[in-house]
Amino acid sequence: MKMECVFGFVGNGFAVVAADTSAVHSILVHKSNEDKIMVLDSHKLIAASGESGDRVQFTEYIQKNVALYQFRNGIPLTTAAAANFTRGELATALRKNPYFVNILLAGYDKETGPSLYYIDYIATLHKVDKGAFGYGSYFSLSMMDRHYHSGMTVEEAIDLVDKCIMEIRSRLVVAPPNFVIKIVDKDGARQYAWRESVKDAAVASA
Amino acid sequence: MQIFEYNGSALVAMVGKNCFAIASDQKLGVQLQTIATDFQRISKIHDRLFLGLSGLATDAQTLYQRLVFRHKLYQLREERDMKPETFANLVSAILYEKRFGPYFCQPVIAGLGDEDKPFICTMDSIGAKELAKDFVVAGTASESLYGACESMFKENMEPEELFETVSQALLASVDGDCLSGWGGHVYVVTPTEVKERILKGRMD
Repeated sequence: MKMECVFGFVGNGFAVVAADTSAVHSILVHKSNEDKIMVLDSHKLIAASGESGDRVQFTEYIQKNVALYQFRNGIPLTTAAAANFTRGELATALRKNPYFVNILLAGYDKETGPSLYYIDYIATLHKVDKGAFGYGSYFSLSMMDRHYHSGMTVEEAIDLVDKCIMEIRSRLVVAPPNFVIKIVDKDGARQYAWRESVKDAAVASA
Repeated sequence: MQIFEYNGSALVAMVGKNCFAIASDQKLGVQLQTIATDFQRISKIHDRLFLGLSGLATDAQTLYQRLVFRHKLYQLREERDMKPETFANLVSAILYEKRFGPYFCQPVIAGLGDEDKPFICTMDSIGAKELAKDFVVAGTASESLYGACESMFKENMEPEELFETVSQALLASVDGDCLSGWGGHVYVVTPTEVKERILKGRMD
């Protein structure tokens, strides 16, 4: 659970999150292009790390409930509301059947701008400017402490994301080779780039 | 891995002359890592009642939501705010409900009761109340806080002197505890106003 690297931060009118893309079981890498950042709705991203079954099940559950709210009420949830809903679901399940999923929820609201929420697997919720999970956090948080300032441009932000990825790749013994970067701003949530150092081999046709 | 030391916290409440002060540190940690330096541990229940929750942050958040819910319901039914003594009983009952699967929190309750008499109390994670006339402490830095408060406390301090005392006690104690710190957050409450101040201490 600690081997998955997820990190993100808030810039000038946007929030960016990056996650590794390795699906690992014990010593085996099943695939190295697993997308762990789900698009929750038009202006929200949920970057999740942890137990793979829980990760997919829980984030899909949140995504569908967020969509249901929009269908029922005609307006989308704010990022804060979605974050509190997510925390509530994790907290309710905590003492029955806990989800081992750590989440960084990034969103953009017209009234309040970009925001990032740190939600760990035991349902601790906190609004943050920068956050990270896993072993990679020991490196990415330090790089962000050094280089982050509020109001960064997209170019500066991607530069910092790349610095963090470089640090993880060079210093973490079980460093994941590939990362995906997604961004959310007034124009919506979308994939920004991949950072691949190992490409999956093409499957030969039968 | 100790569950009460997972997030780290420091809380103190002190009684003055017709006023009280409640203070906390600002660090949110996860074991050895610092996540945030602006975490709010103290919440207002109403203008004359404050609740601080130390211990596991997720349970503090859940417990806070449950207590605000119960207080809002009380306000709707009784058309008035809860007295601090009543609120303390409510917190104690809610904690004891979970006697064999508790919330890992230690609350500190501070309020102004009838005739503006300050009321403070703390309780353990299963609701055993501890009323005190002078000060109450909670959190990973509680042992240091006991020492600092015992030596610095005087009876009937005015709000300004109370603020100084509680701030010095908090900052001195969190410096000796690696799991709490990154500044302080102090509320000084008198019958007429609530003064909220942020302290700058050692940021480490």
